[in-house]
Amino acid sequence: MKWNKRKLIDKIMYFLTAACVVIAIIPLLSILYTVTISGISAINLDFLIQLPKPVGEAGGGLGNAIQGTFIVVGIACLIGLPVGIFAGVYLSEYGENRFGHFVSFVADVLTGTPSIVAGIFGYTFIVLSFGSFSAIAGGVALSVLMIPIVTRTTEESLKFVPGSIKEASLALGIPKWKTTLYIVLSTARSGILTGVLLSIARISGETAPLLFTSFGNMFWANGLDQPISTMPVQIYTYAITPFPDWHAKAWAGALVLIILILILNIGVRFVTKRKYGM
Amino acid sequence: MENKITVENLNAWFGSKQVLHEISLGIEKNGITAIIGPSGCGKSTFIRCLNRMHEVVPKAKASGKVLVDDKDIYDSDIDPVDIRRRIGMVFQKPNPFPTMSIQDNVVAGLKLSGIKDKKTLDNITEEILKKSALWDEVKNDLNKSGVSLSGGQQQRLCIARALAVEPEVILFDEPCSALDPISTSKIEDLMLELKEKYTIVIVTHNMQQAARVSDYTAFFLYGKLIEFGETNQIFKKPKEKSTEDYIIGRFG
Amino acid sequence: MGNHSFRDRWMNIPKLSFFSRSKLSGDFIFEAVVGFFALGIIVLAFLLFRELFIESGISKNTFGVSFLTTSTWDPVNEIFGALPFIFGTMVSSFLALLIAVPFSLGIAIYLSELAPEKLKIPLSFIIELLAAIPSVIIGLWGIFILAPFIRDYLAPPLSTYLGFLPLFQGPMYGLSMLTGGVILAIMIIPITSSISREAILTVPIHQREGALALGATGWETIRIAVLPYARSGIFGAVILGFGRAIGETMAVTMVIGNSPRISESLFSPSYTMASVIANEFVEATSKLYISSLIEIGFLLLVISVIVNIAARILVWKLLKVEGGGRA
Repeated sequence: MKWNKRKLIDKIMYFLTAACVVIAIIPLLSILYTVTISGISAINLDFLIQLPKPVGEAGGGLGNAIQGTFIVVGIACLIGLPVGIFAGVYLSEYGENRFGHFVSFVADVLTGTPSIVAGIFGYTFIVLSFGSFSAIAGGVALSVLMIPIVTRTTEESLKFVPGSIKEASLALGIPKWKTTLYIVLSTARSGILTGVLLSIARISGETAPLLFTSFGNMFWANGLDQPISTMPVQIYTYAITPFPDWHAKAWAGALVLIILILILNIGVRFVTKRKYGM
Repeated sequence: MENKITVENLNAWFGSKQVLHEISLGIEKNGITAIIGPSGCGKSTFIRCLNRMHEVVPKAKASGKVLVDDKDIYDSDIDPVDIRRRIGMVFQKPNPFPTMSIQDNVVAGLKLSGIKDKKTLDNITEEILKKSALWDEVKNDLNKSGVSLSGGQQQRLCIARALAVEPEVILFDEPCSALDPISTSKIEDLMLELKEKYTIVIVTHNMQQAARVSDYTAFFLYGKLIEFGETNQIFKKPKEKSTEDYIIGRFG
Repeated sequence: MGNHSFRDRWMNIPKLSFFSRSKLSGDFIFEAVVGFFALGIIVLAFLLFRELFIESGISKNTFGVSFLTTSTWDPVNEIFGALPFIFGTMVSSFLALLIAVPFSLGIAIYLSELAPEKLKIPLSFIIELLAAIPSVIIGLWGIFILAPFIRDYLAPPLSTYLGFLPLFQGPMYGLSMLTGGVILAIMIIPITSSISREAILTVPIHQREGALALGATGWETIRIAVLPYARSGIFGAVILGFGRAIGETMAVTMVIGNSPRISESLFSPSYTMASVIANEFVEATSKLYISSLIEIGFLLLVISVIVNIAARILVWKLLKVEGGGRA
């Protein structure tokens, strides 16, 4: 092939691949733009702290959904964080054996669990057993998604701690368990925290697991064993109705949710930055 | 010579590969004993047997006796964790705890043993850092990160950390090989001061260093102790030919 | 210190501590506690399968294997067949791959090889941002922005120029298999491109140098030295993307039309396994109905796990070659 033609192809491929990046970014920009424009008009203090009003009535807000999201995500964290972190500690520090490798592999595969399946699990395991939709069922369903992620990120963060640090600690006469708990965990803390924050951001936006576990509620939360409103579910509920007024609320809810997740993601940047300061 | 540690017929294996053969020698109390030899001769393995770090490798074994003050540390009723507190170790590459301040590094061993009183810890920090010739350089920066120091300072910090748990013996595994000459000489001076209170064993591939600081020298080759004696004698009038060859640089 | 890394030594400490003391040591207790939680992962996986398996029992017993081949979905007369949903899931996911893979490959190549250094990190961050947006919000955008766009700007030309294909026949109202495939493609581009990128980054420099020394252009180097070497990792990335697509629920549900008909045309509405569960679970009135939905969920889980395992094996192999496994 002539050299000029080859150089031409080279240039074309450069632009083609760059174009892929540009085209892929367009949906993102469109989503962010639409959410902001469509949502911002409906956001005011009332929106954030009021209960939803029935169809046709103006006003009302997603106050209970915001509250509910915090509660359900909180429950998921209570279950998921200890399990995930401790399992991650085992895999990293004691898991260099068949059992450990197997658990690590299973956790890895579980990270791909479809979210609706987590919802079914929450339903059969909790809702059926206790007889009603509940915040706890929602929390359990979300923890099914959270545990594998936290386990794997904790494991990877801990494995990054250099052996020389552990060696130094052992040589001081500090037993392995104290070394792990106080020295290793602390050295890896920004990586672990990053994994935790990212998993919280992820489950805060999940809808499918909550559709038939925490279900939904038009009122403020009145018990962990009761159905509860959450932002993603409320957004979904509003979005699929035929009422433009509620569509506007869906966009507003989407804006609030995105801001919440953005804050968590920025929080991650802060965590990793602090590692270098001190 | 009064021995702090007496090694009798020490053998060590990694799996089926024997790396130390029938080592017997005495480590003088309040003296500096240097272990020299070419790479792979077993010197690091040897000192790791002295604080029971060797056995942690899977399929690592050791046999023989290591008597510290006439008590065998390999006895079945001895806790290795306890041994490692009494026999401290400083490593080749400085390894201060990265998420801790200078002060926290120094007292890490103490805090984890339960000593919490702030005043006590502050006093100990000052005393230990003075002993490690680091106090003047860091006294105003005790809260800065341990890894913000230079290499030589980090190594002195690691020495301070080892001193804080009040060991009786300090093992140095090629402590200056990652440092510049000035830091090296500071640490060598420090070792000479420390030997008044502690028993010191140093592994080094730097023969000038061994000649400068140590009272006794052991020459290892292929896992065997070839010669052991007063440093002056080893370097001026070695008895074994292989010792002489090594010292004048024929191999290693 | 011999051939063993510190990591090997580190793993074996508790064995000695336990035997050298007469009382239970802290090491033993600690390892037991964290090991217990690790066991919990296995228990979780087991429970997950077990719950779904058992609860789909009624449906299994009623329909047997024909559940997979029946295309009737009739809640009124209690006849349930999963075929429309299996069809919908597979076709929408394959369509997503068809669209996403070329883009992901282009992005991966650009961001790892061709982009100016300063742009690499910001651009990859932006692509990753897409993955952080909740599915329901993407679905919201899909209903009000994407679907009308496809209906008004993409479907007409497809219909005009490719209308002879059964794929592009029939009326298009926005909510369709095509829209579902496009939205899934958008959602899997981040993960497919990022793992492909990792695969490309593992190609050792001497491979590229070999090609460059022959006078190859940048693109030719990529074509003959980099891509073949990264092949299995890229393949793994594609399969992982597929796995994500089949499990995706909300965005797809909101734009695919939710009609359990099997049609040749991409313009027709369709229904995926995840969507039917999301839509109909709460309204399912009878035990058989619920059990059928759960059986669909079980099928989804099994397919998802198989696809994931295949992908992980390919990607793990890649990381091991690179020399993964730190400390």
